Amino acid sequence: MSTGLGSGETVLQAEHLTKVYGSGHTEVVAVRDATLAVARGEIVALLGPSGAGKSTLLTLVGLILQPNAGRIAIGGETVFDNHRTRVNVRSFRRRHLGFVFQKANLIPFLTAAENVRLVMEINDHTHRAATRRAMELLEYLGVAERADHLPSKLSGGEQQRVAVARALANRPALILADEPTAALDSVRGRQVMELFRKVAHEQNAGVIVVTHDHRALDIFDRTFEMEDGRVREAVTVR
Amino acid sequence: MNLASRDSRHNFGRFVLTTIGVGLLLMLVMGMGGIYRGLVQEATLLVDRIDADLWVVQKDTRGPFAEISRIPVNLEDRVRAVPGVLTSRAFVSTTVQRQRNGQPLRITVQGLSWPEDRGQWLPLVAGRALGQVHYEMIADESLKLSLGEKVALAKDTYTVVGITRGLSSPSGDSMAFFALRDAQAIQFDQSGEAVRLERSARYARAELIDLGHTQPQVIERSLGPSSAIPALGPPVISAVLVKVQPGVDPNRVQSVIASWPDVSVYSSDGERQLLVSGIVDRSRRQLGLFRMLLIIVSGIIMALILYTLTLDKLHDIAMLKLMGARNGVILGLIMQQAVLLGALGYVVAYCIGQWLFPLFPRRVVIIPEDLWLLAGIVVGISVLASLLGIAKALSVEPSEVLS
Repeated sequence: MSTGLGSGETVLQAEHLTKVYGSGHTEVVAVRDATLAVARGEIVALLGPSGAGKSTLLTLVGLILQPNAGRIAIGGETVFDNHRTRVNVRSFRRRHLGFVFQKANLIPFLTAAENVRLVMEINDHTHRAATRRAMELLEYLGVAERADHLPSKLSGGEQQRVAVARALANRPALILADEPTAALDSVRGRQVMELFRKVAHEQNAGVIVVTHDHRALDIFDRTFEMEDGRVREAVTVR
Repeated sequence: MNLASRDSRHNFGRFVLTTIGVGLLLMLVMGMGGIYRGLVQEATLLVDRIDADLWVVQKDTRGPFAEISRIPVNLEDRVRAVPGVLTSRAFVSTTVQRQRNGQPLRITVQGLSWPEDRGQWLPLVAGRALGQVHYEMIADESLKLSLGEKVALAKDTYTVVGITRGLSSPSGDSMAFFALRDAQAIQFDQSGEAVRLERSARYARAELIDLGHTQPQVIERSLGPSSAIPALGPPVISAVLVKVQPGVDPNRVQSVIASWPDVSVYSSDGERQLLVSGIVDRSRRQLGLFRMLLIIVSGIIMALILYTLTLDKLHDIAMLKLMGARNGVILGLIMQQAVLLGALGYVVAYCIGQWLFPLFPRRVVIIPEDLWLLAGIVVGISVLASLLGIAKALSVEPSEVLS
């Protein structure tokens, strides 16, 4: 499957990212000179204690927050450089990024299939194409039989699978997951992590997962650690 | 995918209750317009139906409905003698209140000029027109009298021979139709004691003047019925209704009668206009202002409802933005819901109104033009009401998904 971006090996190139909250006495440097690269088909973990800046780094590369300094290129296209955003971030997110969070954040008044369909219809896919792909993804993630259920009728694990399906719907180049297994038990948590690995390898997407769960580190291709806003690559565990 | 309808379906109970609330408010707005229309229709119904080209009334008065008009009964004959007049009919209109089964019974008594006018032009739903010169009446159904029922008025008893529908005076009192003499008898009824006192007063006055002393018969006459005293005027009527001959310009006949110094004359349209601009005008303005207030209140309440509904969805809206949804998708979600709420509220208002308005004591008339106008207003206030929610939704940051 294609991700819709260029065929460069590196899907994410983040260089010298810095994010500062507040100013003066209340200034907090959440991300400090962080550099990170992720290749297509690769799944990487972002580890670190609470307050290390993991989630902030994820929101920077996800174009949710704007860095104070640094450069971000996704799929070979520079999206942020020299204090300026170079693309329409909402449009870029829609076409090239997928998000999964600790909570599934499904739209409560839409069924599982509709939640997946919605992102494609937002991206101008036809109803028929969106329906077909939604069912393919739900099938792929093992929740097809729950397609017509509202999120409130799904278990936590099922909700998270639907959220993953939604993140994959537009064939994104980069999937960003912020503690996606924190609300799940260890068995279901591992299942979801394995799902991300499967997605990265089979869908040829780069996946970054922020996690505290050290038991599942064998799943990741590479691991980065953060502390006090700084990123360093850890020794590969696998 | 229509997010607005899906959200409404998901919160069905709340949406239904909200719609009913908005619908009841809109029903009040609709009802206000209907009450105004009803006032106008009630005020002009008789003028529209009675088939007269001209109304001749007391000089400088505004006719039998807007204010009291007293003219001599022989005016009917004077008018008939004017060239171009086809018919002239005496007309009496007065309102009386009596007791019936312990409840007040208000009747606007209309006197018809027997035998030319037997009430055959009335919208009868049961029974027949007047069949004899005395002791029969045609009653509007709102009086809740039944066919054949006997009603005691003044010193006589009248039988209901016909029932009309929707005939009431500008003040809202139900109408009943009698032969002219009966209507006058009801209008000028006096108790026996009042008659005796009047005769005594007349006798005393006659004794005080020379004529009484020189002509003893004058004193004797003063003790008899007033109709036997030639010096007293005949019983008065309220108006004379004129129908002009075909091909004759009513304005020409009107100008002839208008030149008489003791009467005023109005065309049928003029009489209608007097009623609308006089009796109904203040009520119309009052209702119009109240209706305007209700529209504003409805708009504010709808805005608050939509704002609250938007607040409930802020997290979902942030998620939509995170997924890259265009502002149009978010704007559509809120505005479509607003219009859906307004449209369904309008349908609720119409349905409840259709059931409730006929139970109102006064006529409520809903016409298609008013319904279209209100539909336009509802769309307008729905869109305006959604702006507050839209402003809030557009200010939401995608990062709020993380909070």
